[in-house]
Amino acid sequence: MDDITQGVTEAIHLIVTLDPDVMQIAALSLYISLSATCIAALIGIPLGGIIHFREFPGKRALIILIQTLYSVPTVVVGLILYLLISKSGPLGFLSLLFTPEGMILGQTILILPIMVGLVISALSGVDKSISDTLVALGATGFQKILQIVIEARFAILSAVVLGFGRAIAEVGVAMMIGGNIREFTRVLTTAITLETAMGEFGLSIALGIILLGLALIVVVILNLITSGLSSESQQIIGGPQG
Amino acid sequence: MRRDVHVGLISTVFVMLFLAACFAGCTSQAPVATPTAVPTLAATPAAEPMTLVIATTSSLYDTKLLDYLQPKFESKYDVKLKITSQGSGKAIELAKNGDADILLVHSPAAELTFMKDGYGLNRRSFASNSFIIVGPAADPAGIKDMEPEAAFKILFEKGTGNTAGIAFVSRGDASGTHTVEKNIWKNAKYNYTAQVQKSGVWYVEAGKTMGETLQMASEMNAYTLTDEGTYLAYKNDLKLVPVVTQGASLLNIYSVMTVYNTRQPVEKIRMANNFVNFLIDPATQADIGNFGVDKYGKALFIPMTVVVPTAADGWVADHSTPATAIAPDAAAK
Repeated sequence: MDDITQGVTEAIHLIVTLDPDVMQIAALSLYISLSATCIAALIGIPLGGIIHFREFPGKRALIILIQTLYSVPTVVVGLILYLLISKSGPLGFLSLLFTPEGMILGQTILILPIMVGLVISALSGVDKSISDTLVALGATGFQKILQIVIEARFAILSAVVLGFGRAIAEVGVAMMIGGNIREFTRVLTTAITLETAMGEFGLSIALGIILLGLALIVVVILNLITSGLSSESQQIIGGPQG
Repeated sequence: MRRDVHVGLISTVFVMLFLAACFAGCTSQAPVATPTAVPTLAATPAAEPMTLVIATTSSLYDTKLLDYLQPKFESKYDVKLKITSQGSGKAIELAKNGDADILLVHSPAAELTFMKDGYGLNRRSFASNSFIIVGPAADPAGIKDMEPEAAFKILFEKGTGNTAGIAFVSRGDASGTHTVEKNIWKNAKYNYTAQVQKSGVWYVEAGKTMGETLQMASEMNAYTLTDEGTYLAYKNDLKLVPVVTQGASLLNIYSVMTVYNTRQPVEKIRMANNFVNFLIDPATQADIGNFGVDKYGKALFIPMTVVVPTAADGWVADHSTPATAIAPDAAAK
C-alpha cells in the first residue's frame, strides 16, 4: 500500500520538477509509439478500406488471419524482428538493432493487424442503407466510400487509439529490439520493468502514472480532432458502431 | 447533394489532418529524441564517437555498478557505451550473433563454451561476490549456516516428505543464478531434472527475475537462492533473512570478454580490449571494492585483485594480464 501512495507522490514530484531523465524517457516513448501509430494508420486505414470495399476470393480467411494476429505476443514480434535485424540476420546491414527506429518498426508491425482489422469492422458497422441511399442519390464510387469513411470515423478513431495504446504499453518489442539502453532506447515500459527489478516500486508506479497521463493527452487530442472535423458532431464516440 | 460533397471533402481533409496531427506530435517530440537517434542514421561520421554495445546480465546491471563506471570509462576514451541488460542466456546469444561488442556475465561454464567456440577474446574476471540462501527468519528447515549442499539436502528431504512450512522457490529460467542452483544440486548428488524438478509442491519454479522470485519466496515463506545485490536492494520489502552465506559453490564470479567475429572492425575490438583493461585496472578495482558501501553499508563486490577466489573447474579467469588479443589465434587458451 505504501508503495502506491509513494508512487502517486513521486509521480507528482517528477512531473512538477520536470525531472530531465523522466522527461527524456517519456518523450522517447511518445516519439516511438506515436511514430509507429502514424505509420500503422497510414498503412492500416487504406488497407482496411481496400479489404472492406473489394470482393476477392479468400477475403473471409484473410480477415480471420488478421484477427488472429491481434493475439500475437509482443515478445514473439520482438524475437522474430530481432532474428531478422541482428548482425547475423538477413537485414543486419540496416543496423536497426538497439535503435529507436528499430523499435518504431517493431511496434508498427505489432499494431498493424489491430488497425487493419478494426478499420474493417468500423466500415462494416456502417448501416447498409446508407450505402444504398448514396447509390440511389447518384453518388460515385469514390463519394460513396468517402461518405462511409465519415460515418465510421469514430470507430476508426477507436482503432487508432487502441493501436497507440498497445504500442505505448508494450514491453516485448521495446526490450528485445531497443535493449533498454539508458538515454537511448529506454522507454517508460522498459524503465518500469527495470525499476521493478531493482525494487524501486514507488518509482515504477510513478512512471506508470506518467504513461497513463501521456495516453490521456493523446486520446483527448485525437478525439478533439475527430469531433472538430465532423460537421454533424452530435454523434458520440462509438455511435456508428451501435 | 452539394452539401454531401462538401462533407466528403472535409472528410478527406479529416484523415489527412488526423495523420498530420500525429506527425506534428512526432516532430514536436523529435528535438528531444533526435540527438540520440543520429548516430545510427548517419553512417558513423568522423565527429561521432565510437559506440560499443555491452551485453550484460540483469543482476549485475541492477546494482548500478555499470552506471557508476560508465562515465569514468567514457571520459578516458572517446567512446559511447550502450549497455543492454538481459538474462545471462540472452546476453550470450546477443554476443554470439555479433550484436554486442563486450560481454559481461556471471555464468562461468557458459562463458568457457563461448570462448571455446571462438566468439570471445581476453576473458578476465573482474569481481566476485557470494550467492546466499535466504529464507524465513524462523528457519523452519533448520539449515542456518550449513554448507549449501547439506542445506539443499535437508530442504529436499523435508520438502519431499511434505513437512509443513518447507518450500523452495527456484528461478527456473536458465539464468546465471539458476545455473548456480543446479550446480549445488549436482554437488549434493541429486539429478536435477529427474529428481528435483516436479518432485512436489515444495519445489516452485518461478520463471521470473531475481527480484520477482524474492517477492514470491517472501509471500510464500519459502527459501530461495539469490545474489546478494538484488537481496539488499529488495530487503525492505521482504520477510526473508540470509540463512546460508558461505560455501565454495556459492561463489559468484563476474567476467568480461571482448566479442570476436570476422565482421567485427579491429578498432572496435581494440576499444573493447580497452574496456577489459579498464575493469582490471587497479584504480577501477578499488572503485569496484567501494561500490555500494554508501547505500547498503557494505560493498556489493569483492575486486579480483584484492581477493582471488579459489574455485573448482578452472572457472576463474585471469584477472591481471592486460587484454591485447585481437584475434582468436593470439588469445590465451
